[in-house]
Amino acid sequence: MNLLNFPKPLARFVSTLPSWPASRAFVAAGNLVAWPSLRDLDWSHVAGRRFRVQVSDLGLKLYFSVNANGFRALHNGLADVTFTATAQDFARLALRLEDPDTLFFNRRLLIEGDTDLGLMVKNMLDAVELETAAAGMPVGMGRVVMKLRHLALK
Amino acid sequence: MPALLELICPAGSLPALKAAVDNGADGVYLGLKDNTNARNFAGLNFDAKALADGIRYAHNKGVKVLMALNTYPQPDTLSRWHQAVDIAATSGLDAIILADPGLMAYARKVHPNLRLHLSVQGSATSYEAVNFYRERFGIQRAVLPRVLSLPQVENVVNNTDVEIELFGFGGLCVMVEGRCLLSSYACGDSPNTFGACSPGHAVRWQQTPKGMETRLNGVLIDRYADDEKAGYPTLCKGRFDVQGETYYALEEPTSLNSMEMLPEMARLGIAAIKIEGRQRSPAYVAQVTQVWRAAIDAVKKDQAAFKPNPAWMAQLNKVSEGSMSTLGAYYRPWK
Repeated sequence: MNLLNFPKPLARFVSTLPSWPASRAFVAAGNLVAWPSLRDLDWSHVAGRRFRVQVSDLGLKLYFSVNANGFRALHNGLADVTFTATAQDFARLALRLEDPDTLFFNRRLLIEGDTDLGLMVKNMLDAVELETAAAGMPVGMGRVVMKLRHLALK
Repeated sequence: MPALLELICPAGSLPALKAAVDNGADGVYLGLKDNTNARNFAGLNFDAKALADGIRYAHNKGVKVLMALNTYPQPDTLSRWHQAVDIAATSGLDAIILADPGLMAYARKVHPNLRLHLSVQGSATSYEAVNFYRERFGIQRAVLPRVLSLPQVENVVNNTDVEIELFGFGGLCVMVEGRCLLSSYACGDSPNTFGACSPGHAVRWQQTPKGMETRLNGVLIDRYADDEKAGYPTLCKGRFDVQGETYYALEEPTSLNSMEMLPEMARLGIAAIKIEGRQRSPAYVAQVTQVWRAAIDAVKKDQAAFKPNPAWMAQLNKVSEGSMSTLGAYYRPWK
């Protein structure tokens, strides 16, 4: 099943958006949806580090950091670690449908910068149970997430 | 009844353990969050709570839990390895997987009821070596290095009472397990003591106009064109300039897949099949465990008729390093 296959005109439109509002929107969504199940993790080794997520097919660049209070949007600039993949592959990773090493071998995921930091975040997120994360999401979003995963696994 | 073709799967996190259990593993192996095991990566592995939760989850479903303590302790930090053995002994897990004879002696003396497995890192390739570990330390299972052909495995099996475990699937290395110092040339750390071939802090990937470059402590070990599959960032899988020619001078990135040898392994009475990959995510563990469960069930049902299902092989190739696999040393016509 294809998740998040964006039509080309939409992708062209998104790629013209400036990073700062996009990062703010991403961070707001992350704090609402994901943070309830992530707040108990030990973020002390990650606090203040700068992350960049590049959605390659949309030309979208998101800048943010994480601390004990949640995600915080950052203005463009240098990042300590950068993750690059398509929207589809990021979605498949988030739904635990794909293994990051598999995507890396197939050149669909690139981690640049501080590899240890990237690995740590990947492993911290892997240790969160998807069911727990879904249960912490607001207004039935968790059910949608689990349903999507279920459909994609069929 | 002796163990036969138990499916032993990797777990680097609690969700990975659950994925293994839920998809049909007979046993799951894991490690603690430090250099007492050979997958010492930031954020990976089990703390005390995850360990307790994992053992409870697995045991409730009749699945065994094994702990890898397969690095070599150093004099100034020996107590860490002893503590890890103590944790294993008191947590109720089913066996520990050891490489260091000194640690085996400690486990044998302090926790005589703890079941000991000889790690692949112990590099025992002959029945004499396996029997030595049995006589001195009472090991009950040995994981054989991936350098033996199946007839050589048979020679070991026929001359020991120790259960034999073989690798079924996963990343391959240059296979001088427990003795490989390659990465220390670039990183200053050896996998046998640090617990990782390429420590994350030493690895850098960068997309350049010439391709994606992999560096280990600044040393360029490979450069991939856009259409080339990538491998793990280890020295053994790098491409090097050898007398003016650049190629994989040690080995190319590939995974072991011994599935077509399963009927032969069943005939030999191999106790268990190990799946590599504690560093990988729950999605990998679920996919690979599911495929191998189906294959082992099929072999147990009818050895003679067994043929690897093409869909299984495609699934395994998809998650393989370099997206390809090999029978490794198991099949080779020469001796």
